Amino acid sequence: MNALIYILLAVGALFNGLGALALLRFPDVYTRIHGATKCTTFGSIFSIVGVVVYGFSQGGGEGGTLAVHALLALFFLLLTNPTGSHALARGAYRGGIKPAQAVVDRLEKGKR
Amino acid sequence: MSFELPFAVAAAVLAAFMLVSVLRLGIGPTAADRAVALDTVNTLVVTTMVLLGAGLGQVILVDVAIVYALLSFVSTLYIARYLEGGWE
Amino acid sequence: MRRLAVWAATAVFALVVYLLLTMWTGTWGLWSLSELIAGAVMSCIVGAACGGLLWERGGWRMLMPHRWLLLVLYVGPLFVAMARANIDVAWRVITGNIRPGIVRFDPQLKTDLARTILANSITLTPGTLTVDVSEHSGAFYVHWINVTDDSPTPEQVCGGFPAWARRIAE
Repeated sequence: MNALIYILLAVGALFNGLGALALLRFPDVYTRIHGATKCTTFGSIFSIVGVVVYGFSQGGGEGGTLAVHALLALFFLLLTNPTGSHALARGAYRGGIKPAQAVVDRLEKGKR
Repeated sequence: MSFELPFAVAAAVLAAFMLVSVLRLGIGPTAADRAVALDTVNTLVVTTMVLLGAGLGQVILVDVAIVYALLSFVSTLYIARYLEGGWE
Repeated sequence: MRRLAVWAATAVFALVVYLLLTMWTGTWGLWSLSELIAGAVMSCIVGAACGGLLWERGGWRMLMPHRWLLLVLYVGPLFVAMARANIDVAWRVITGNIRPGIVRFDPQLKTDLARTILANSITLTPGTLTVDVSEHSGAFYVHWINVTDDSPTPEQVCGGFPAWARRIAE
């Protein structure tokens, strides 16, 4: 059980790190949102599932409470993270930031 | 419950990644870049709080993480609205 | 009648979240009696306050149990696609090999809920990010990190997700 928790925590930390690295490496806002949102959401799933496994393996009142609350936090994170990044992308586009190095931009021509 | 080392180590690693994101928050050329960096930091803070809740044996930290996730979502929406150019 | 259904459905959701949060606090089973009474009162207030905000017209569709089953089953393909997306994006972070662009496609979804599910799935899966959704035509504008086709079909961008969204919410 301990090995499983260690693996989950390591994978979670790896993907979170890639998300933070993507923020530095990518050239413009939209690609940064790609890297940051996908990698941190995926990494957080692994990290929090590690906590949930730990909680259930502890058992009893306190471990169960920890696991259920961590699951609720994961649920809200999964629900709100893509929505927030979508809002940021839309706000950035309407605020006049063009995608860098874009090969095609359909939104510019097809204005509502 | 007691102190659990692996969770504390994972939380420390995530805190280091948070510092990397804060770098983009500082140098980001546009306001949108800074907002994206802030969003990333928020996600990392939620995960770190859950990990610390397990590491220190304090379930209350996980509750704080839930409230933080929802509040940071609302603040992200407000910032996005501001980037768009205010209220119509 | 409709208002009553909306109120009841929202109150039940609020009560479920409350019960999950207060599990293992009491001596009366998993909960204590005073917790249960407080939760019931609280969820009634929540249902009255935000029922009208959360439920669109035609929201009764989501009361069918088989749609909830589909929503749970959807986690499987979504997780596989997320894993593939992350390895793909991780590779692009390291090599810096990107070909970005904003493409338009029309998945022909009618309800707001189906569009929300599809937009969130697109954001979480292979190299795509929803930038805008046209309110009346339902067209999606998607930032694609590796453009292979200037005017793609929905299948090229996001595989089977439009079909899943239609099955769940339409």
